[in-house]
Amino acid sequence: MRDDERPVPSRRIVRVRLNGRWREDAVADNQLLVDYLRETVGLTGTKTGCDGGECGACTVLLESAPVPSCITLAVRCDGCSVETIEGLAVGGRLHRLQRAFHEKLGTQCGFCTPGMIMTAEGLLRRRSAPSDAEIRAALSGNLCRCTGYVKIIESVRAAADADP
Amino acid sequence: MTDGKGPGRGVPLIDGIDKVTGRARYTADLDHRGALVGRIYRSPVSHGEILRLDVSRARRLEGVVAVVTGEDCRHPYGVLPVAMNEFPLARGKVRYRGEPVAAVAAVDAETAARALRLIEFEVRELPAYYDADSSRAPGAALLHDNKPDNFERAVHHVFGDPAAGFAAANLVREAVFDCAEVNHAQIEPHAALADYDPLSERLTMQSVSQVTFYLHMMLARCLDMHESQIRIIKPFVGGGFGARVEVLNFEIVTALLARAAQGRVLMELTREENFLTHRGRPQTTIRLKLGLQSDGSITACECEVVQRGGAYAGYGIVTILYAGALLHGLYDIPAVKYDGYRVYTNLPPCGAMRGHGGVNSRHAFEVLLDRMARELRLDPFAVRRRNLLSAPTRTLNDLMINSYGLGECLERVERASRWHERRGRLPAGKGLGMACSHYVSGAAKPIHWTGEPHAVVNVKVDWDGSVTALTGAADIGQGSSTMVAIVVAETLGLPLDRVRVIAADSALTPKDNGAYSSRITFMVGNAAIDAARQLKQLLTAAAAHKMGLQPDEVECVGGTFHALRVPETALPFADAVKAALVDRGTLTAKGTFTCPPEAQGGKHKGGAVGSTMGFSYAAQVVEVSVDEATGQVTVDKVWAALDCGHAINPLAVRGQIEGAVWMGMGQALCEETRYLDGLPAHASLLEYHVPTSAESPPIEVHIVESHDPYGPFGAKEASEGALASFAPALVAAVANAIGIDVDMLPVTPDRLMEALVARRRQARLRALGGQRP
Repeated sequence: MRDDERPVPSRRIVRVRLNGRWREDAVADNQLLVDYLRETVGLTGTKTGCDGGECGACTVLLESAPVPSCITLAVRCDGCSVETIEGLAVGGRLHRLQRAFHEKLGTQCGFCTPGMIMTAEGLLRRRSAPSDAEIRAALSGNLCRCTGYVKIIESVRAAADADP
Repeated sequence: MTDGKGPGRGVPLIDGIDKVTGRARYTADLDHRGALVGRIYRSPVSHGEILRLDVSRARRLEGVVAVVTGEDCRHPYGVLPVAMNEFPLARGKVRYRGEPVAAVAAVDAETAARALRLIEFEVRELPAYYDADSSRAPGAALLHDNKPDNFERAVHHVFGDPAAGFAAANLVREAVFDCAEVNHAQIEPHAALADYDPLSERLTMQSVSQVTFYLHMMLARCLDMHESQIRIIKPFVGGGFGARVEVLNFEIVTALLARAAQGRVLMELTREENFLTHRGRPQTTIRLKLGLQSDGSITACECEVVQRGGAYAGYGIVTILYAGALLHGLYDIPAVKYDGYRVYTNLPPCGAMRGHGGVNSRHAFEVLLDRMARELRLDPFAVRRRNLLSAPTRTLNDLMINSYGLGECLERVERASRWHERRGRLPAGKGLGMACSHYVSGAAKPIHWTGEPHAVVNVKVDWDGSVTALTGAADIGQGSSTMVAIVVAETLGLPLDRVRVIAADSALTPKDNGAYSSRITFMVGNAAIDAARQLKQLLTAAAAHKMGLQPDEVECVGGTFHALRVPETALPFADAVKAALVDRGTLTAKGTFTCPPEAQGGKHKGGAVGSTMGFSYAAQVVEVSVDEATGQVTVDKVWAALDCGHAINPLAVRGQIEGAVWMGMGQALCEETRYLDGLPAHASLLEYHVPTSAESPPIEVHIVESHDPYGPFGAKEASEGALASFAPALVAAVANAIGIDVDMLPVTPDRLMEALVARRRQARLRALGGQRP
C-alpha cells in the first residue's frame, strides 16, 4: 500500500465516566486510551514510559481494574468508568495512597508515581489488607528506577493500614 | 526544624504533592498546542560514508513544515571542550546504527512518520567494530581520523613504587573481570519542546536536561546564536542517573527543527530511541593485580581498564580517568599503577552513569580483595579495617580526604547483618558477602573552567514576607530543591513552608553547573547557606533595631524573632522584613561556593578527575540464595551503610541510598545491553530487564555521619557512593553460598549455570581420574 492510500480511521462517539463524570468525545477507532486522556481530555497525569505495555507508567483504572492505557483502545472504554490519578484527591484532601507516597517518599522523580498509585489503588480495592508479597506481586508490572521499591512498598503498606 | 544542631529531621519533598497528584508537568506534559511533531531519521548501518542524502520528497509531503540534515549544523558538539566530535545530525560519515541523519517537523506524528519513509539515504559501508579488541587491533579502520588505534584516550599513571610493593607482598594475585554495558533506563523517555520566535529571534527550550547550562551553551554553538537569545527551562524531570548530563543529539535537533519551521516543535523519543541515544556505563574489561601482606595490608595495585566507548567522545576521557583515579581514596594503598584505554567502537556512545567511571574498577578491586582474604584466611571486614585511611589526608594521586566514616560504616553493617554469627552457618545455597565503595561530592574542577564560583544561589526576601531561593541546580527527582529549601529555612530560622524554590530557568535563576558528580548538596547547599546568612544578618539587624536591642541579642526561631534574654519579647518575621526593606526595598542576597585550588587535584595530566572536597563512603552486606538447579540468584536482604557527612534530609538520604543499592543490584544481576551487528537487541524495557518489585529485596539503610568540615552542615553526597559496593558484595555472597567465583557481570542464571556445569564436569573428571589405577 502506498503511504497516501492509508485508510483514515473512522471516528465514533464514545461515552466515558471519567473520574466520576460522564463525558462524550469523538474518538478515532485506533486512538489509544492514553492519548485520549492526555491529548483529547488534557489529563497529563497518566504517563507514557515505553513503547507499549512494558513499564506500567500509564496505568489507569478501567471499571476499578488497573489497565495499561497505552495498549488499551479508547473505544473499548465506551460506557465504562475510567479513573486516573487526577480523580483520586477529592474535596481538597489527598487520597490515602497519595498521602503515603508523599510522606514516605514513595515518589522520587515522580514519573512512575501516577501509574504506581493507580495499580496500588486497584489492589486495595480487591484486597483491603494485602501482605507485602501481594503488594510486591501487584506492583511488579510497574517499573520504578529511583526508589528500589523500598519506600513504594512502605507507602502502599501505610495506605492499606490507614483509614480509607 | 530548628533545634540548633543543623537540620536533620526527614521531610517529604517540597514538590512531592505535585508528583502524587499528577499535577507535575514533565516535558511531554507541557502545553504544546500548535506545536509540530519532530521525528528523527536514523542510520541503518553501523559505519559508512554518506554518499547521498535526499530529503526532497519528504520536504514536499503535505503537512511537513521543516526538514533538517547535517547541512544545517556544521559545528561539532560534546561535553568536553577537548573532545567535541559529534554532530547533532551526521555529516560525511555515520558511525553507529541509529545515529541521527535527518529530522522532520510535521503537523502530526503520522505525517512525520511518512516523511521519514520518503528520505533516500545511500552509504558506502565501512568495516564496523563492536568490541574494543577488534577496534584497536592493528590495521583496523579508524572511526575518527585524528584518533590512531581508535583510542579516544589512553591513560598511564604510576604513583608510588608498584614493583617494590609487589616484592614486599606475601600474596600476589591477578584476575580479569568483565562488566557488561548498562543503561540508565530512567522511566521518563527523552523529550524536548523548542519554541523559536522568528520576530524576536529568540529560542525557548524546555527539555529533560540535568545540566541546563551545557544545553544552553551547546544550542548557542550549534545554532550560531548568541547565548542571550536563548532561554532554557527545566520542567519536572523523570530521572537522569547521568543520561542527561551531556547535551543529547535530539535536543539540538529539536531546536534546529524549531528554527527551520519558525515555530514550536515537540520531540518525544521512543524507548527504543532512548536506548540508541544511550550514554550508559561502558562494557569494561579490568585486569587487576593486587599485593597483600599476610595481615591483609595492601602493598600495591596494578590495574588495566579497557572501556568499549561507542562511536563518539562524549564523557569518555573523564570516564577512563575516573576508573583509575577512584582506585585511590577508599583505602590506604602505597603504590598504584593504572593503564586505561577508552576505545571507539561502532555502537551508541557511552557516557556518565551513576557512580561515573568508578563502579567497574571498584567491582574488580573488591572481588579480588575478597578472594585474597579467603586465601589468607582473613575475614573480609578485617582486611578492610587493616587498610583504612585517616582523615584529613591526601591520597597518592593528590585527592583531598577531609572526612572518613568508612570504619563506622563497616561496624554498622557488620553488626546489623550479624556477620560473624551467621556467615558460614547459613543453610546450603545461602551466602553473605560484603564490599565497600566511595564517591565524590562534586567534581572540584568543573569541566568548563571559567574562574566563576562553583555554585551561585540567589535568595530573595520581599514585602510579602516570602523567601524565594533561586538556583540553577536541576532537581531530577533526587530532591535537590528540597535540600535548598531546608538549608535556607534552617539558616534563617524559618519553617520550611516559608521558603519557595525556583530552579533551573535561565531567565530567572543564576547559572549552575548542574546535576552531575553528586555536586548539588555540597556546592549548591553551601552557596544557599551563604546567601541565607547574608540575609539573616540584614534581617537580624533590622529586627534588633525595631526591638530596641543589639543584633547579637536577637534570634529568629520558627519564624519569629525573639530577644535572647527575654524570650517573650518577640517580632514576627514579616515585621522584621518590613523593617529591613525600609530605604532598601526588596532584598536579594547572592551566595557562592568555591573549591579552593588545593582541592582541585594533582598536577599530573588528568589529575583534576576524581578531585573533590569530600568523599562519601559506603559498606554493604548482601545476603543471597542460589538455586543450583537453575542458576538463579535471589537477593534476600541488603544492609547498606553510607557516610554522607550529615543527613540534611534523612528521608531523602535513605531514598537515595536505597535507589543506588538497587541500581547496583540491577547491574549485578540482570541488566545488560546486547547488540547484534550493532543493532540493539535490548531496546525495550522487556528486553533490557531492570528488577521489578517482585525481585527487589528489603534494604536496611544505616546513615553514618562523619561531619565533613567543608560540607553544608557537615553534609556530603548520598546518591552515588553506595552503588559500587553492591555488585562485588553479591559476587562475594555467591562465592560464600556455593563456592563459585564469578568474573563477569551480570551474574545471570545462564552464566552461573555454565560455571556450575563446568564444576560438575571437573568433579566427574577428577572422580574418574581417581578410579584409574
